[in-house]
Amino acid sequence: MALAKRIIPCLDVDKGRVVKGVNFVGIRDAGDPVEVAKRYNEQGADEITFLDITATHEGRETTVHTVEQIAAEVFIPLTVGGGIREIKDIRTMLNAGADKVGINSAAIHRPDFVKEAADRFGSQCIVIAIDAKRVANEADGRPRWEIFTHGGRKPTGINAVEWAIKMVANGAGEVLLTSMDGDGTKAGYDLALTRAISEAVPVPVIASGGVGNLDHMVAGITEGLADAVLAASIFHFGEYTVPEAKAYMAARGIEVRL
Amino acid sequence: MSSSSVAVVDYGMGNLHSVASALEKVGDGVKVIVTDCPETILGADRVIFPGVGAIRDCMAELKARGLDEVIQEVAAQKPMLGICLGMQALLESSEENDGVECLDILPGAVKFFGNDLHDSAGTRLKVPHMGWNNVAQTIEHPLWAGIANDSRFYFVHSYYVDAPEFVAGTADYGVQVHAALACENVFAVQFHPEKSGEAGLRLLRNFLNWDRPVASFFPVTG
Repeated sequence: MALAKRIIPCLDVDKGRVVKGVNFVGIRDAGDPVEVAKRYNEQGADEITFLDITATHEGRETTVHTVEQIAAEVFIPLTVGGGIREIKDIRTMLNAGADKVGINSAAIHRPDFVKEAADRFGSQCIVIAIDAKRVANEADGRPRWEIFTHGGRKPTGINAVEWAIKMVANGAGEVLLTSMDGDGTKAGYDLALTRAISEAVPVPVIASGGVGNLDHMVAGITEGLADAVLAASIFHFGEYTVPEAKAYMAARGIEVRL
Repeated sequence: MSSSSVAVVDYGMGNLHSVASALEKVGDGVKVIVTDCPETILGADRVIFPGVGAIRDCMAELKARGLDEVIQEVAAQKPMLGICLGMQALLESSEENDGVECLDILPGAVKFFGNDLHDSAGTRLKVPHMGWNNVAQTIEHPLWAGIANDSRFYFVHSYYVDAPEFVAGTADYGVQVHAALACENVFAVQFHPEKSGEAGLRLLRNFLNWDRPVASFFPVTG
């Protein structure tokens, strides 16, 4: 009897369709986001994350409508990220039915944005989304990860662990941590990165990027010390269902909601 | 039930979309009104008192709109369900924001989980308490009808209720969280039924069907 570790299917949505690429290249269509969200809800997903990767303004109108449709049918927490740049973007998504919003590059451009957002809407709905890559070790030999933007192509020079600490101090209530090295590769989460950040911040951490099998999800919890594990393609393309993932984790002593 | 109405109190504390759409989902034609109008709230058959955010802002917004007295009146009159910060506001006081006096409708205090929270095995626990936790039902109550004991509900909070009586459900998170309180026509929950899947929808449906609060549902206290 304890708080369950969460399993979170992630919908990367482009112009109204769920897509998933390998390191953002070779994108495959994975269906209608409302239908996909309903399916995961019926399977017992603990939460759903919706990442809008649409670049155009017109596409973003579609996104708001899609979030509204999901929220009217799916009564579990819904996080929406992608393109959240201003307070009004947050209000739009919360009004559309999102419970939390993920803030990523807007925080890098203006770190106070997270503080303003948390002051306005409460920490419980502000997720700091961090895309990190392993870089050359620190001078003392410790591993170092930096924040990257533009789908992992553009380095910022910001230390990912220090950034997480700073954003949580600014009011973020949760960390969505994506390893850009792992994303789409199915090689597993970056466990050292996940653990470093989970130990550094008091708030929950969601491990993301690289899940290829159920052992990766188990390791994200037991070795990465994540509070939740996020996955996309292994669920979208039917390799595993959410109940299979939960049963597998439960059999390995992880508290899950069955 | 098709002729009945439920008011969702809108006082600027968070997103009420989810609560309203969950009520519409289970309501079987019930009229769902999201409002800050005192007359409308007092005219509804049932009232939901939700809320997310910080307690000082919550109390300030209630007072600014004259809703603190409205909530007191509702609590004395008709079925009311407090959710999350709405539950906390019903108690005597909260430690949040350096200490805030609340509505004092139910006895008890709201306390901080602290920065050094551990479970019984010594594992560090994150704050906020975020996610699906088991709720042990400590009394029988119409709002628990059809919901298995120890069902999981979705929580997200950094402060928790510690009440001396009227406890209807508990959750374990380093400390004993009073996850539900029940006193006459008032029911209050720390978790979010509108985000708790089937169990949560059932609780909301039970609330909409809850007509006659009966004193004998409650254990003898004192």
